[in-house]
Amino acid sequence: MTAKTTEPLIFEVSRPGRMASAQNPNRGVDLSAIPEALRRKDKPRLPEVSEMQAVRHFTRLSQKNFSIDTHFYPLGSCTMKYNPRACNKLAMLPQFLARHPLAPESHSQGFLACMYDLQEILKEVTGMAGVSLTPMAGAQGEFAGVAMIQAYHKARGDLARVEILVPDAAHGTNPATAAMLGCTVREIPTNADGDVDVEALKAAVGPQTAGIMLTNPSTFGVFERRIKEIAGIVHDAGGLLYYDGANLNAILGKVRPGDMGFDVIHMNLHKTFSTPHGGGGPGAGAVGVSERLRPFMPTPLVGKDGESYRWLTGKDLPQTIGRLSAWMGNAGVLLRAYIYARLLGREGMHRVAEFATLNANYLAARLAEKGFDLAFPKRRASHEFVVTLKKQKQEIELTATDVAKRLLDYGYHAPTVYFPLLVPECLLIEPTETEDKETLDAFVEALAAIRDEARQNIAKVKGAPYTMPVRRLDDVRAARQLDLRYVPT
Amino acid sequence: MSNVPAGLKYVKSHEWLRVESDGTVTVGITDFAQGSLGDLVFVETPAVGRKLARDESCAVVESVKAASDVYAPIAGEVVASNAKLGDNPEILNSDPYEGGWLWKMKPANAADVDALLDAAGYEDFLKTL
Repeated sequence: MTAKTTEPLIFEVSRPGRMASAQNPNRGVDLSAIPEALRRKDKPRLPEVSEMQAVRHFTRLSQKNFSIDTHFYPLGSCTMKYNPRACNKLAMLPQFLARHPLAPESHSQGFLACMYDLQEILKEVTGMAGVSLTPMAGAQGEFAGVAMIQAYHKARGDLARVEILVPDAAHGTNPATAAMLGCTVREIPTNADGDVDVEALKAAVGPQTAGIMLTNPSTFGVFERRIKEIAGIVHDAGGLLYYDGANLNAILGKVRPGDMGFDVIHMNLHKTFSTPHGGGGPGAGAVGVSERLRPFMPTPLVGKDGESYRWLTGKDLPQTIGRLSAWMGNAGVLLRAYIYARLLGREGMHRVAEFATLNANYLAARLAEKGFDLAFPKRRASHEFVVTLKKQKQEIELTATDVAKRLLDYGYHAPTVYFPLLVPECLLIEPTETEDKETLDAFVEALAAIRDEARQNIAKVKGAPYTMPVRRLDDVRAARQLDLRYVPT
Repeated sequence: MSNVPAGLKYVKSHEWLRVESDGTVTVGITDFAQGSLGDLVFVETPAVGRKLARDESCAVVESVKAASDVYAPIAGEVVASNAKLGDNPEILNSDPYEGGWLWKMKPANAADVDALLDAAGYEDFLKTL
């Protein structure tokens, strides 16, 4: 269970000059090598606490975590699955940890071999012609993808292509990425079954179309059935197809974006390939490309000459969109992805997709049996599915927020709520492949119990959570009066 | 049930319009829209002088749940913008049809307003949602 005590800020327990003096005789530091003019005059404004205080503070904070290691975490669109400890252990081998990013290639052959193999594995899994591992996270992967689409059109002198098409069900990051790169965004509607409205797409494409950004399976948790036709329409109009890899877990090794006709894909390796995520990183947003985008890939990549590996840079790829970070991405996350892929192998990847999909469909069917409304009852779920509480809100004023908060008391992290935006009072539920049947059954019972509670006493549910370190937060005030940084007095 | 005042014009994307005595048109979002969005935390209105095409996205309303675009129900030029909402977005929740107006515009063609839904038509539309 999570710790219920209130933990003060570490700045609040700070006392001037405090340190763990008993264990840390103050020997002073020899600064004579640093010229006087370059030494800072003021002490950095850091908390001054003993080592013991610091350990207890951060341990207590960690005990407040509601995490995949302690609780079922069916946060749709986020793939909060178990990350095998083996991946972490092997990525932490001292030979990896001690390698400096500027170490010469001759001293980095082991690391480079892992990265080269990871590029090859991801090409195979996604059906793309080339892979660059360098984007630092999903957002940077999206940025790199659209930048490559722009570079492609520019290299052909096709300068009028400034519009990116985005289905209205897309992740909000897609239009944000396109806007950040100076494209105009045009929204494509979705029809009642959750598929892209192909007629609207036909009407929207033209000589101004740079490309379309698509998630498949979509944020509705359903597979875009007319994807081949969509690819044809966009390609015939001269545009390219971007695959948002957020939902890759559902199709891993089963269906390949390259075979669907996509030209560029980003993969959230920190989600699907075994890095604990949430809390803002580190991530890894590797990009895969079709043959025509290969010249534009972000650098560095890893190449293989005979038996030895080397960095590929702008010299090898003169048309590259360039570097995205100082080195080559988050090496530790990439190593975990490589180890995960090797542990699973081809069959294991298929199993991930199969069980992720099976778990989602089992959970959806059980909830439907219990009288919950699925947003797309006629569709088979992919790795996630959408429940709408529209009826419960009308009948007993039970909202998605209420259910989310009350679930915490029952020992479950809330599903994603109010996304996708097009479904009222929705819960987006993604159980992932790593949950057992008993956990899924217990979750169904918890949701049903919360609905029963609400029927008898809605005020009780509206007051939840009761067992967490904090109750309901004033999220309106938090958003209206942004206070993001502690300023020491 | 949400409040749908008679005498205003409406569009299905949940904006309302009021024709003022000087021929300008005031635009805002409906009670239904503010209720669906929940507590608003940020509102951006179009600049005075901006020329709007019909259905052009020209304002943003953001709540703790979601950010939504607001579309120009008719073409025209912005003549006033509700600056008060910048610091007090909650006015839009408490008073969507008066204090919570978003912008005033000079219609490119005054007759465009006539074609829009009246209160009864908008109420019928809400029943289908």
